[in-house]
Amino acid sequence: MGEKNRFGIIARLRSQLSKAREGFAAKVRSLLRRGKIDEGIFEELEAALIQADMGVNTTSELVEKMRNRAKDDKLTDAEQLYSVLEEELISLLSRPAGVEPKPVQPVGPRVTLMIGVNGVGKTTTIGKLANMHRQDEKKVLIAAADTFRAAAIEQLEIWANRSSADLVKHKSGADPAAVAYDALAAAIARKCDYLIIDTAGRLHTKTNLMEELKKIKRVLGKLDPTAPHEILMVLDATTGQNALSQARLFTEALGITGIVLTKLDGTAKGGIVVAIQQEFGIPVKYIGVGESLDDLKPFHPDEFVKALFED
Amino acid sequence: MFEALSEKLQKTFRNLRGLGKLSDKNMKDGLRDVRMALLEADVSYKVVKDFIAHVQEKALGREVLESITPGQQIVKIVHDELVQLMGGVAEPLGFSSEPPTVIMLIGLQGSGKTTTAAKLARNLRARGHHPLLVAADVYRPAAVRQLQILAEQLEMPSFTIEGSRDPVGICKEAIQHARRSARDVAILDTAGRLHINDELIEELQLIRDALKPKETLLVADAMTGQDAVTVAESFHTRVGVTGVILTKLDGDARGGAALSIRSVTGKPIKFVGIGEKLDAFDAFHPDRIASRILGMGDVLSLVEKAQGTIDEKRAAELQEKLLKAQFTLEDFREQLQQLKKMGPLDEVLAMIPGMSKLKGLEPQEKDVVKVEAIINSMTNKERQSPHIIEGSRKKRIARGSGTSVADVNRLLKQFQQMQKMMKQVRRLGWLRGLGGGLNLQP
Repeated sequence: MGEKNRFGIIARLRSQLSKAREGFAAKVRSLLRRGKIDEGIFEELEAALIQADMGVNTTSELVEKMRNRAKDDKLTDAEQLYSVLEEELISLLSRPAGVEPKPVQPVGPRVTLMIGVNGVGKTTTIGKLANMHRQDEKKVLIAAADTFRAAAIEQLEIWANRSSADLVKHKSGADPAAVAYDALAAAIARKCDYLIIDTAGRLHTKTNLMEELKKIKRVLGKLDPTAPHEILMVLDATTGQNALSQARLFTEALGITGIVLTKLDGTAKGGIVVAIQQEFGIPVKYIGVGESLDDLKPFHPDEFVKALFED
Repeated sequence: MFEALSEKLQKTFRNLRGLGKLSDKNMKDGLRDVRMALLEADVSYKVVKDFIAHVQEKALGREVLESITPGQQIVKIVHDELVQLMGGVAEPLGFSSEPPTVIMLIGLQGSGKTTTAAKLARNLRARGHHPLLVAADVYRPAAVRQLQILAEQLEMPSFTIEGSRDPVGICKEAIQHARRSARDVAILDTAGRLHINDELIEELQLIRDALKPKETLLVADAMTGQDAVTVAESFHTRVGVTGVILTKLDGDARGGAALSIRSVTGKPIKFVGIGEKLDAFDAFHPDRIASRILGMGDVLSLVEKAQGTIDEKRAAELQEKLLKAQFTLEDFREQLQQLKKMGPLDEVLAMIPGMSKLKGLEPQEKDVVKVEAIINSMTNKERQSPHIIEGSRKKRIARGSGTSVADVNRLLKQFQQMQKMMKQVRRLGWLRGLGGGLNLQP
C-alpha cells in the first residue's frame, strides 16, 4: 500500500469515525488538557474508557498501566498521558492473533464462514466482502446458508447482484449444512477463489443452533479438510459487554479467526474490541464504516486508534 | 442468565450482610462493587452514577445504620431503587378511541423491528385485536418481503405498495386500507439506519406528523452497550417515544440497556423479545427484570420463606456438606422435605438465582414424592454410601417404594449428576449467595 493511499484511508476513516471521536476522544482530550496529573484524572479516564464500552477489566488494566507509566516516567503533564494511552491501545490491538487462519489451499477456494448474533449485519458485510474480493478481480461465490430468517435469501441475492458474485441457494427452511456443502462443491467445480458462507443470526447461548454451526463446519471439511479457512464473527459496534460472551462461546464452539466490527460510523465507540483482544486475543480483521458497498475496510490498529483520537 | 453480574452483586451483598455494623469505609467498598457490577452489565455510566448517589443517600439514613442488619437493609435499598429505576408497574398499550390505532416501531438497523412487528401483531391478535402489518422500510434489501413472509406465517394481512419509495405514502394508504378492511390496529415497520442521522429522523417525523401514532415504540437490542442512552435519547427528543420494546433478551445479555433507556427516556419498557419464534414475546414486568438484573432470582422472598421454615443451624450444616461434596442421600431427602415445606416446588425453584441455567432439569413435584419413597426404602448404610447399592438391593428398594429398578437407577444417576452439578454450581457462586441468605445474621 503506497504511502499516499495509506494516508487517504486514514483521512477517510477519520471522517467516518468522527461520531465516535466526538464523544470519546473529545472527552479524553478535554480531561487530559487540564494540566497536572492528579488522582481525579485517572478516575475521569476510567469513566471515559468505560463509556467507550471497553469494559471494567480492560479499563482497570489500562488505567493501572497509565498510573504506572506516569509514576515510572515521572510524567507530570496530563497531555503526556494521552500519548501513553494511545500507545497502550495500539499495542493492545496489535497483539498477535491467538488463532492464525489456516493457509490457503493451493487448489480449492478460500472458504470464509460468517457467524454472529442476530442483526449485526452479516448479510450486508458479506455483500461488502464479496465486493472487496471482486475489486481484486477474484471469482467469488456466496452461499445462502441463512435458511431461517424470512427473506434472508432474497436479501443476500440483492447483495450478490450488487457485487456481481455468484450465489448458491436452497429453499427457505433447508438444511444450512447442505447449502454450505453444495456451495463448496460448486465453488471447487467453478474454480472460485473465494467462498463466503452466510449463516443465520443466532444467540450464542442457544446450544442447538451452535450445533448447527458445528455441522456446517464439519461438512465443509468433507470436501476440503482445511475448510473453513476463516471463521469471522460479525460484531455490532454498539454491542456492550455481552460481546465478550459472544466471542467466548463462538470460540468454544467453532474457533473464531477474526472479528468484523460493523456499524462503526454511528455514535458507538466500538471499544469492546479492545476488551475482546485483551481477553481472547481475537484480532479485528475488517471494520464496516458505512452503508455503501465499499464501506468495508481492513482493520489497522494504529489507524483505528489514531482516527479515534486525532482532531 | 445474568450469572456474572449476579455473582458479583451476591458477593457484595454477602460481604455487607456479614457486617454487624457498617462503617463509612465498608459501605463505600460495597457500593463501589455494586457500581462495578452495574457497569459490567452495560448500564449507562451516568445512570450508574445517579443510581449510586441515590442508594448512598438512602443508606445513610438513620433506620439503616441503626437497624440490626444494616447489610440486609442496603440490599433491599438497591433492589427497591432498581425497581424504581425500571418504572414500578407494567404499563399496557394505549388504544385510540377511533380505530385504527396506529403503532409505529422505530429503531436502529438490526435491533429487530421487523420481527418485533410480527410478534406484536401476534400478541395483539391473541388479545382480540385485528392488526394490519405495514411494511414501510423501503431501503433495506428484502425488508418488505421479510415482513410479508412473517405475516403469511401468522396468516395475517400485511400492506405495502410494491416498488414505492415513499414510506409516508405507504403508511397513509395503509390506514385507509385498515379502515376499509376493518383492522383496528396498524403496526408500522419503519426503516432503520446504521445510526441516527437527520435523513432517518426527518422521515420518521414525516410519518409521525402524517399519521399521529397512538404509540411510538422504540425497538432496542438488549445487548447494546453504553451507546444505548445516546440512541434512546436522540430518538426520544426528536421523534418522541411512548414506550420501549427490548429485544434479544433470551441470550445472556445482562440487560443494562433496559435500565439506561428507561432512565433517560422516562418511558416504560412495554414488551420484551425473548426468542426467535414469533410467540417469544412478553409484556414487561419491571420488578421481575430488576430481580433478574440483580441476579437475585427473587432471593428476598426466598429468604423470607426460608427464614420461616428452615432450621437455620441445620441449613448451615447442609450448606457446608454441599460445598464439600459430602452430601449424602440422607441429606438430599432432608433437603427435599425442607423444600416441600416452603411451597410448590416450581415456585420455589423459580426464585433460585441461576436456576434458569438448569432449564429442563427442574424436578417435578410428583418426581419428588417418588424420590422420597425410594430413599425411604433404603437402609441407613445405603443412604450414606449409595455406591454399595447393587442388583439385589435395587430390586428390594424398588419393591419397597412401589417403583421400578429403572426408577432407582435413575435416581442414583441423578444423584451422581447432582453432586457433579453442585461442584459446578459452587463455582457459579449462587449457592453460596443463597446460603448467605439462609445464614442470616443472628
